[in-house]
Amino acid sequence: MSESRPFHLAVELSGAGRHPAAWRLPDADAAGLLTAAHWAELVRTAERAGAVFAAFADSVQPPSAATDVVQARLDATGLAALLGPLTARIGLVPVTPVTYAEPFHLAKALATIDIVSGGRVGWQVDVAAPAGSGPGDVQAAQFHGRSAAGAAAQWREAHDVIEVVRRLWDSWEDDAIVLDAATDRYIDRSRVHDVAFTGETFSVAVASITPRSPQGQPIVVARGDSPYALAVAVTGADVIRVAARDVQGAADLVARVRAAVAGSGRPAGSVHVLLDVETLLGADEAAARGRLAELDSLAARAFDPSGLHVVAGVDRAADALADLVELTGVDGIVLQPLAHAGDLALLADEVTPRLRAQGRLVDRPAPGGPDAPRTLRDAFGLDRPISRYTAAR
Amino acid sequence: MPKQIHLAAHFPGVNHHTVWTDPSHQPDTQTAFASFEHLARTAERGKLDFLFLAEGLRLREQRGQLVDHDVVGRPDTYTVLAALAGVTSRLGLAGTINATFNEPYELARQFATLDHLSAGRAAWNVVTSSDAFHGANFRRGGYLDHADRYERAREVVEAARALWDAWAADAVVADAATGVYARDRSIGLVRTDGRLVDIEARPTLPRPPQGHPVIIQAGDSDAGRELAAQVADAVFSRHGSLEEGRAFYADVKGRLARYGRSPEDLKILPGASFVLGDTPAEAEERIREIQRQQVRPAVARAFVEQLWNRDLSDYDVDGPLPEIDPLVEAPSITQGRAATFKDPFAVAATWRALAAEKGLSIRELVIEVIGRQSFVGTPEHVADEIDRYVQSDASDGFILVPHLTPHGLDEFVDRVVPLLQERGSFRTEYTGTTLREHLGLPAAGHFGRTLDGVGAADEALPVA
Ligand SMILES: Cc1cc2nc3c(=O)[nH]c(=O)nc-3n(C[C@H](O)[C@H](O)[C@H](O)COP(=O)(O)O)c2cc1C
Repeated sequence: MSESRPFHLAVELSGAGRHPAAWRLPDADAAGLLTAAHWAELVRTAERAGAVFAAFADSVQPPSAATDVVQARLDATGLAALLGPLTARIGLVPVTPVTYAEPFHLAKALATIDIVSGGRVGWQVDVAAPAGSGPGDVQAAQFHGRSAAGAAAQWREAHDVIEVVRRLWDSWEDDAIVLDAATDRYIDRSRVHDVAFTGETFSVAVASITPRSPQGQPIVVARGDSPYALAVAVTGADVIRVAARDVQGAADLVARVRAAVAGSGRPAGSVHVLLDVETLLGADEAAARGRLAELDSLAARAFDPSGLHVVAGVDRAADALADLVELTGVDGIVLQPLAHAGDLALLADEVTPRLRAQGRLVDRPAPGGPDAPRTLRDAFGLDRPISRYTAAR
Repeated sequence: MPKQIHLAAHFPGVNHHTVWTDPSHQPDTQTAFASFEHLARTAERGKLDFLFLAEGLRLREQRGQLVDHDVVGRPDTYTVLAALAGVTSRLGLAGTINATFNEPYELARQFATLDHLSAGRAAWNVVTSSDAFHGANFRRGGYLDHADRYERAREVVEAARALWDAWAADAVVADAATGVYARDRSIGLVRTDGRLVDIEARPTLPRPPQGHPVIIQAGDSDAGRELAAQVADAVFSRHGSLEEGRAFYADVKGRLARYGRSPEDLKILPGASFVLGDTPAEAEERIREIQRQQVRPAVARAFVEQLWNRDLSDYDVDGPLPEIDPLVEAPSITQGRAATFKDPFAVAATWRALAAEKGLSIRELVIEVIGRQSFVGTPEHVADEIDRYVQSDASDGFILVPHLTPHGLDEFVDRVVPLLQERGSFRTEYTGTTLREHLGLPAAGHFGRTLDGVGAADEALPVA
């Protein structure tokens, strides 16, 4: 492979891993999957592995009737908040379905995770299952007086939600709190702004209750693999995630995403495109195959990859990931480990050290020096924007 | 053994109480995680029952403008508590979250998440402010009238409890050998068909460690008290004086029998402030200085404007009270805080009489009215008083509201807590791990239905 571009590695975590039998492996801590200690250990390992962020999968989908898979799922927003003070460098990205959520609550919850993590929150926007599908109606029924809308309408609304959340994040200018005892003013009220948003499905009148957070604008992550989602991601996201069945499909999709970004007038470097890759690692090739065979033997059905995947020993895994980046033109990879426990440790101990030694991982230091806090914007090389209301002065 | 005192730490914030003019107060003091962490660690060091966060969903306004003379702004309740769960191990984590502008499904899931992540330390203070002013920030919009907001709160709490109960207590097997994660048909479908809460949901979390996170109620109206008697585990009350406290305590505890509950099932916890000094004189001197900082000229004017319901910017706060009458017909000039004056003419008459008798200016009058602190004196005196109030059933303890963020609780924990411990009326170590245990509350399930085996088996569960 020619001179390679350094890339970002991120991880996405859910349950005990993507494989339905992941929770049955001896090191999976099946009884501890809902504890703070379990998640702290996991995400610290991902942090040690140099992951730029950990995304926490979530949805409003209820548990199924299956008895042999992990049915319990913590609220991703609370989980990300827990991990803020327990980690130091890694980004924390809860996935939030916005369809039945209050945008005002989302804005302040995410700003608050940004505060408790010292500027490391990202927000992955998702929607609920659409109307006309069984899950769509089941999900909607969980919310009083709501019914499922079609995908197009849901994504139009998601666009509005991003817009209003971004306005709320800016609604307090950075220097709004003045503490001026001489004039008895805690804030300068001219620096706190009504967002005055009226959309098709909701409106938000005034300012956030939460002052501006460390990143000002936390990183917004969205998927780009459906046309509706892509349209929203292109205008509203800083990081766009894609998944594909094969390398060619991924390369095509990435090209489409980049063209759409360019067409929207946003500068190319301001949007990062990351590719989902399911992974199962082993000390060597045979060990990885052995782990997959073990997992498959424990599950009702053999593992059915949902797209690109790397099942490999640590040596080849490092090259395989670098190759995927080269062949598809992405800026990085979101690893979706089939089994968290073993995979994250091997990633941290064996895979990323190799990638680092080859200079293949982006690992930007904090602008303030190696020991200074690094925000998720810093990690992606994105400047901290001033509030739109400051800019409009 | 004397009746045991329950103590909580209020994170001080959006009110006139916080002395933000103190040199220690920085622009980010009210939001920095270090502030929350400091208060939580201090409370935990003092073996307090829980830390308490308030909530207000819209910045307060007066005369159509943002209130700018008190603390403004705060982080989101739920996520701060989740972050605190990771840096504390025994302290209860109580958050105020509105029942009107949140979906029961989300509330139940958030508090279940917090209860799991904190291993049984979550509490939810259910509040109901539901006016159009707050509604302007939410999809729901509009407002509910007073009767309906309590009806909704009750339906929401019941729905949340149903969601917490929906997984059978022994649903999670997590047996790697047999491959059973959740027992067959052990995850119930919750259906509510309330007038205001009509949902059908199957939650994503097993029963929380406490069974039901602790429910706190803070409303003071008859409907609020009734809701407390019906569903709450604790009441955050504003009746902190000995006589008012005893009356409130007797009233609310007296309502419990109607719901088959006993007096110990509901803890009455008034908010309380404190000022300590090495001598009584020193404490008096400190309180005078604190009051001057709390009731600065803008605060005094705003407070009197709320009663008069008029723009009083032309009045000198060092001069006498207005001679004109309060305006009662006009819409309130204050938005975002609970209206506290039922009969403005009567209150104005009382204030004028008080001011005339003592020769008080506007500011001095306001200091008399809102500058009062609950417990003032030497640590010995404050410990005596707190214990006396609790032993004489004016409360089961207090939610302490320091006047400084975040160090205001330090001296209470250092100087008063040990004295209460010596008296045997406050714990020297946590004896339980959950907040329910700290509060001496009955195990949950008391209200909850045991759903194990009910309902879920009758229908096909959707398969993802
Ligand atoms: C698995 C399951 C769990 C339920 N949990 C609750 C609950 O916790 N609280 C509640 O008020 N109703 C609960 N329900 C009751 C339903 O909301 C509904 O009122 C009930 O099923 C009516 O049918 P019945 O009269 O046969 O009980 C539950 C129902 C099922 C099937």
